[in-house]
Amino acid sequence: MMPVVALLQLTGPTTEPGFGFWLAATVVKLVAIFTVYMLGAALLTLAERKISAWMQDRHGPNRVGKGWLQPIADGVKNFVKEETYPDAANLPIFILAPVISFIPALVTWAVIPFAAPWGSRWGIVEMVLAPLPIGFLFILAISSLGVYGIVLAGWSSNNKYALLGSVRSTAQMVSYEIAMGMATIPVLLLAGNVSLSKIVNQQAFETWNVINLTVAFFIFLVAAFAETNRLPFDLPEAESELITGYHTEYSAMKFSLFFIAEYCNMITASALMATLFFGGWDIPFTLWDNLAPHTGIKTLLTLGAFATKTMFFLFLFMWIRWTLPRFRYDQLMSLGWKFMLPLALGYIVAIASLIVTLQFLGFAQGSWPFHLGLAMLNVVAVIVLFMILDRGRIISPASSRLDQRDIARLRAVSARPRTPLLPETGD
Amino acid sequence: MAIGVKVVERPTEQTSYVRAALTGMAHTLKHMLNPEKVTTQYPEQKESISKRWRGTHRMLTTEDGKAKCVGCGLCPTVCPANCIKLVPGEDEQGNRYPLVFEIDEFRCIFCGYCQEVCPEEAIHMGRHYENSEYSREGFVYDLERLMAQTHPVSELWDPMDPKGE
Repeated sequence: MMPVVALLQLTGPTTEPGFGFWLAATVVKLVAIFTVYMLGAALLTLAERKISAWMQDRHGPNRVGKGWLQPIADGVKNFVKEETYPDAANLPIFILAPVISFIPALVTWAVIPFAAPWGSRWGIVEMVLAPLPIGFLFILAISSLGVYGIVLAGWSSNNKYALLGSVRSTAQMVSYEIAMGMATIPVLLLAGNVSLSKIVNQQAFETWNVINLTVAFFIFLVAAFAETNRLPFDLPEAESELITGYHTEYSAMKFSLFFIAEYCNMITASALMATLFFGGWDIPFTLWDNLAPHTGIKTLLTLGAFATKTMFFLFLFMWIRWTLPRFRYDQLMSLGWKFMLPLALGYIVAIASLIVTLQFLGFAQGSWPFHLGLAMLNVVAVIVLFMILDRGRIISPASSRLDQRDIARLRAVSARPRTPLLPETGD
Repeated sequence: MAIGVKVVERPTEQTSYVRAALTGMAHTLKHMLNPEKVTTQYPEQKESISKRWRGTHRMLTTEDGKAKCVGCGLCPTVCPANCIKLVPGEDEQGNRYPLVFEIDEFRCIFCGYCQEVCPEEAIHMGRHYENSEYSREGFVYDLERLMAQTHPVSELWDPMDPKGE
């Protein structure tokens, strides 16, 4: 890692940007990211409807400006609709809840690096809004705040379905937050840092983490689906059981805020998966984009690479949503606690021991035996994972969670001859 | 009576979530990439309707532009929904004609009895279904409106040709 950083510093413009330029660049980035993000969330609603339509052999929205202006039409509709306030609602919290769920979704984006740095005439511009040294910890901290919006929405609505939805959401988010955090520890072990820029750099100069840490990626993927409340983990909404759960009582723009928050969370989760496991803005099979000089064209191309990866995951989100049915609540919980968490913990131990062993044997990180070791462990781990997953134990019927002795006892009870309630009269 | 729990032992191929999920995703992707969609783009594209479709009424006219109706009163009599209002009149030559002829399309159940019973083949059901209005009054069609309709009229069911061939 050290020679790389030195190389970056040597060949780039040596001048640190002045405060004025730094401020201007930050404001420009801020406005640009916010605009793209909001526009992206709006277009995602359209993409969701289009993709779901295509998957069901329909056309999807195609009336307002050939369908492209549909998000604007939806937005205008949401702004002019009547806002309803339930009589029994706790109004201040009721109004605050959508905002609370919306803001963390936006804030998380601030630390994700989305392109190669741009060496401008006035100094290097990092293509990340806030290059925090604690990058990934920040994301973990902020993304778990999103659940407060949902909980408060359900609680303040004073509606039993809303409350049930928010309670489910809390349980789900708390369960999968742990698995999600645990799944990223192998990534941090390899990168030796929690800064997302460093993680991207490490992947660019070695291999993408998805190749060496497929199991961690798999856990992260499932946990990300659960965190964003998307199918097959949309139990907090569950239209058929809970009348869309926590936002039952919401209307107009407040409802829309929850909706936008969901899509923002999706974008962030996709960007995170791209950053942590698919090399971030790295263009595969070439080091050209990672080495100085940092020209504008490099920034644009790497931005394109990052956008492509993110969009792929966004598509995956939708693809899975329109394919898989919702889990049952007990399946969700047993998957989270009995499978994901032990798997993630075991995986951390395996990866950590392997790294220590390889280093003890004298193979430095980045050398080919080191990679070979990781890859071999990964192949074994993936095979074992899918063997276990494929045994029908993970998503199982309720009866399979009964103790064998209980099953035997119940069977004995049902096989016992019935005693008639009334004395038999005889014919 | 306790609940008997039935635990079915199934082979891996049937219980595997991963395989089932991947099969399902392949299926949805196949449908997504399939350009043939089943939606009919309604206002531009219309489904063809049967020749015996019984829709909005139409009053046929003679060559000189008068309604064929002679005000015999059979259609209000046979109408099960009681939606036809007819006041017959007579001119100097003794020709009977309707003074008032109104059909309330809201009350109508589109049974087609009026067309069957009409001796002059004047009132007809039509092969037409787009008749939305902004008010309830708009659905009461008077004689001029019934005569002004231009859509094709529906055919009666012919017992000699039950399948319409």
